[in-house]
Amino acid sequence: MSLFLVVALPFLGALLPGLMNSAGRQACAVVTFMVSLLALIGLLTHLPAVLAGELVTARLDWMPMLGLNVTLMLDGLGFFFACLILGIGLLIIAYARFYLAREDNMGEFFTYLLLFQGAMVGIVLSDNILLLLVFWELTSLSSFLLIGYWKHLPEGRQGARMALTVTSMGGLAMIAGMLLLGQIAGSYDLSVILQNREAIQASPLYLPALILILLGCFTKSAQFPFHFWLPHAMAAPTPVSAYLHSATMVKAGIFLMARMWPVLSGTPEWFAIVTTAGLITMVLGAVIGLFKHDLKALLAFSTVSHLGLITMLLGTGTAFGAMAAVFHILNHATFKAALFMSAGIIDHEAHTRDIRRLGGLRRLMPITCVIASVAALSMAGIPLLNGFLSKEMMLEEAWHTTLFDSHWLVPGLATVGALFSAAYSFRLIGHVFLGPVRDDYPAKPHDPGPGLWLPPALLVVLVVAIGVAPFLAEPFVKLVTASVLGTAAEVPSAYLKIWHGLVPALYMSIIAVLGGLLMLAIFNPALRLWDRTPRPEAKVIFEAIIAAAVALARGVIHRLHNGAFSRYAAIMAVTVVAVAYHAWATGTVGPVTRAPQPANALQIAGWLMLVAASCALALLHRNRLLSLILIGIVGLVVSVGFVYFSAPDLAMTQLTVEVVTIILLLLALNLLPNRTPVESSILRRTRDTVVAVAGGLGAMALSYHYLLRDTVAPSISEFHLANSYKGGGGTNVVNVILVDFRGFDTYGEIIVLGIAALLIYALTETLLSGPVRARLLNRKPDKPLAGDMHPMMMVVVARVIMPVVLMVAFYIFLRGHNEPGGGFIAGLVASIAVVMQYMSSGFAWTSARLRYPYHGVIGAGVLIAGLTGIGSWFVGKPFLTSDYTYVRIPPFQEFELATAALFDLGVFLAVVGAVMLSLESFSRLARRARVPEAEHPMDIDPSREMPDPKTAGV
Amino acid sequence: MEFLVASAIGVLTATGLYLVLRLRSFPVIMGISLLTYAVNVFLFASGRLTVGAPPILGDATSYTDPLPQALVLTAIVISFGMTAVVVMIALGAYLGADDDHVNDPPPPPDGTTPAEDAQ
Repeated sequence: MSLFLVVALPFLGALLPGLMNSAGRQACAVVTFMVSLLALIGLLTHLPAVLAGELVTARLDWMPMLGLNVTLMLDGLGFFFACLILGIGLLIIAYARFYLAREDNMGEFFTYLLLFQGAMVGIVLSDNILLLLVFWELTSLSSFLLIGYWKHLPEGRQGARMALTVTSMGGLAMIAGMLLLGQIAGSYDLSVILQNREAIQASPLYLPALILILLGCFTKSAQFPFHFWLPHAMAAPTPVSAYLHSATMVKAGIFLMARMWPVLSGTPEWFAIVTTAGLITMVLGAVIGLFKHDLKALLAFSTVSHLGLITMLLGTGTAFGAMAAVFHILNHATFKAALFMSAGIIDHEAHTRDIRRLGGLRRLMPITCVIASVAALSMAGIPLLNGFLSKEMMLEEAWHTTLFDSHWLVPGLATVGALFSAAYSFRLIGHVFLGPVRDDYPAKPHDPGPGLWLPPALLVVLVVAIGVAPFLAEPFVKLVTASVLGTAAEVPSAYLKIWHGLVPALYMSIIAVLGGLLMLAIFNPALRLWDRTPRPEAKVIFEAIIAAAVALARGVIHRLHNGAFSRYAAIMAVTVVAVAYHAWATGTVGPVTRAPQPANALQIAGWLMLVAASCALALLHRNRLLSLILIGIVGLVVSVGFVYFSAPDLAMTQLTVEVVTIILLLLALNLLPNRTPVESSILRRTRDTVVAVAGGLGAMALSYHYLLRDTVAPSISEFHLANSYKGGGGTNVVNVILVDFRGFDTYGEIIVLGIAALLIYALTETLLSGPVRARLLNRKPDKPLAGDMHPMMMVVVARVIMPVVLMVAFYIFLRGHNEPGGGFIAGLVASIAVVMQYMSSGFAWTSARLRYPYHGVIGAGVLIAGLTGIGSWFVGKPFLTSDYTYVRIPPFQEFELATAALFDLGVFLAVVGAVMLSLESFSRLARRARVPEAEHPMDIDPSREMPDPKTAGV
Repeated sequence: MEFLVASAIGVLTATGLYLVLRLRSFPVIMGISLLTYAVNVFLFASGRLTVGAPPILGDATSYTDPLPQALVLTAIVISFGMTAVVVMIALGAYLGADDDHVNDPPPPPDGTTPAEDAQ
């Protein structure tokens, strides 16, 4: 199976459970399981190639100019992580099916889970680091959704927010680091970067890049000092915790450190930062974890601690350390996922995760007890379990590591970490499962069905299998280690085995286990001491920082954005004028190249009308009906101006748009107050006048200078004029540009128009289903209504004229390619024909006779235009290439058939639909506010049979 | 002639701006319409002014610039859609709150905002 498909499957599959929610919980879970299984099988088909040491790649250019390509690569490391993600994912899906309660939305959960799974697989298979960043951010987002899945819990929301804040801040830093790295290496492809170890480490940008990338890794993998988000993310449902915090999300940072290991490691900087952070995290997490009473919090801090351990191993920069890290990633994923799932079982059955309220569960939940105890013993590092093996290797590596010139620092701290790790593991077993059976559990605990215990049990089988027979895992671990090391180092020859002889690591291990038992024995006094010690609480600090940032942002934003929109408009106008003036004053303006043309009386008359109408509008705008008339005059003069200046198409469009706009505004004015009250002071009006005059003068100066000069470069219009007939088959150049040369623009524009109409429709629906509906129904008209709502004269005229207008629209449409006209204008004219029926005969009468809903008309228009464009693909031409031919059907004359006409038909339909849908929505609003609809389209109709007054009473 | 068109654009801009700065939604919509005219005419004028030479191919020797016309034609139709949306929003706001002010009411003196995210 193609690597693309392996990555894409979870994303594609993520659509399914969300859509299948109504099919039931079982169906959702099965579909999710099958999707993951399919992806895993797809991955496994590459197993032979990976085992043979080959590099499986897949490449698709996305944005080559930016260096961003969809290049995927599968090597041992990627295969290992992808297996963990998909394999443990399968177990989690099965577990979640039985864990989630009936009231939880299962489709939503599995959709998020698959999104997350896809993003994780994307990270581990990316060859391009920019692509990797995209997936990296996707994991932050999808884990936010998963952690906050229980939206009703405030802890869930806060934990999700904190996780998102911390990990996405780290993600930002990492973007910068990756860009630097790409700059140094000259490529964003990992396979190239990994070959450039010397060049990268010698670069002066190495340290900044390293620090930024490590910030990303540390935040994701919860390393000190960013460890605090992980325990708070435990508010998530347990399947999420088990998945995100054992095998996947927190391992992403570890993965990246391993991936970058060949180029970034081995320097003193790497060693100092990574080893120190890892050591501190390991010890801190283990100590805090011991004293947590919440089972999941204990596991969370133990995860923090084990991640620190792995980080430290990667930090040492030796091949043996890398091998130990790989082995521990595998072991930790198995026992920790099993432990999280066991904690979930206990929570599910006993209704509490508080260790202080548990105990004695070994008799009540024997299966869970076995599973959890084996996993916990592995975590403690007890021989014959897999945790022991990698812990031994860690201690061995620590024994040889010298940090800050001290031979004892690393081994000592590593032993302390291991000691506390053993202690909390023993506490988990001792305080939860051992001890007397209590009689005050919140619910009666008992073992769950196999759906819940089987997934962790499978993992525990692995724990024991690897622990007893480490040689089974050895080839695989060495294979993965080889791909971590790359060309930087040789795979160590050491074997994975249980007995290494009396080496220092064994003594350290014995100290840790005995110390752990001792800690458990003195747990109560230690707890009292711990509770008395003052400690900084990370959540409080985090919230204080967030509060300070919010206060700062609020201070700045509220000062700028105080909700006074007219102030924004004034500031913007002044700024534009000032910037333009600055450009004018400092730049140079070319000489006048066009002679001003003389003005005649006609032009002056038109100008006077326009100026008079617009000035009157500004002065008399308080009378809203009058201002509608005045703006109509302005629109008419502009249309006439278009005719005069050789733009017949524009004039026709402007004229028809003017008609529908005025009707629309009239409909709105029906519901709005008729007058604008005087509110602003003289001072304010003066200020606004000054701003307006400045803006007007600026626009005027710009236009005047523009009109008297030629363009600097030759315009492309010559091309359009020359090719309109030859290439587009039409003599109306404007129309040919619209439907042919720039058809793609037009296509976008009709879509925008359609969206605007749908938006208006949606707003109307929202208004009519909300409280506005009641208000409209109770509304008293504030202006007297005409007694005769549908005058007979008007009804008759409108109906008679309807076919005539439609014929005009048809004519305008047909001739559009060669004479002024076209789909836009024809659409507007046809809409006017229908609007006239609405106005004369009433809403109810007209809509009852309407055969097609306007949404459908818009959709048909966009579809026809789009299909016309796609049609050119079938003859091997780009989208929207047009063609035309001349045909002759006797007895008609020869006429032209062009695909552009079909496209224009789409435009026509979209315009009709959009205009009508908007006007219809407005009139629906108005209709709610009115007295009941008249029974007949004409109030007085001589043809209607009047009821006989004599028989009516019988 | 050029001066007449330029000054017409200026007058449309000025009156449009003045109305946009008003406090109620209806005059603001009128102002936006006037500004739309101004912008459309300005874009149209970027093809320079030609009398009696429409871009309909025929026997004439010179034609006016067709490209700005095509651009303005769609701009006119789109501006209808925009006006309709703005009017709808204004109407919804007025019907919902019985208030057609453009600006938000000033915040209460204690400085709290009503939509505080509950932690």
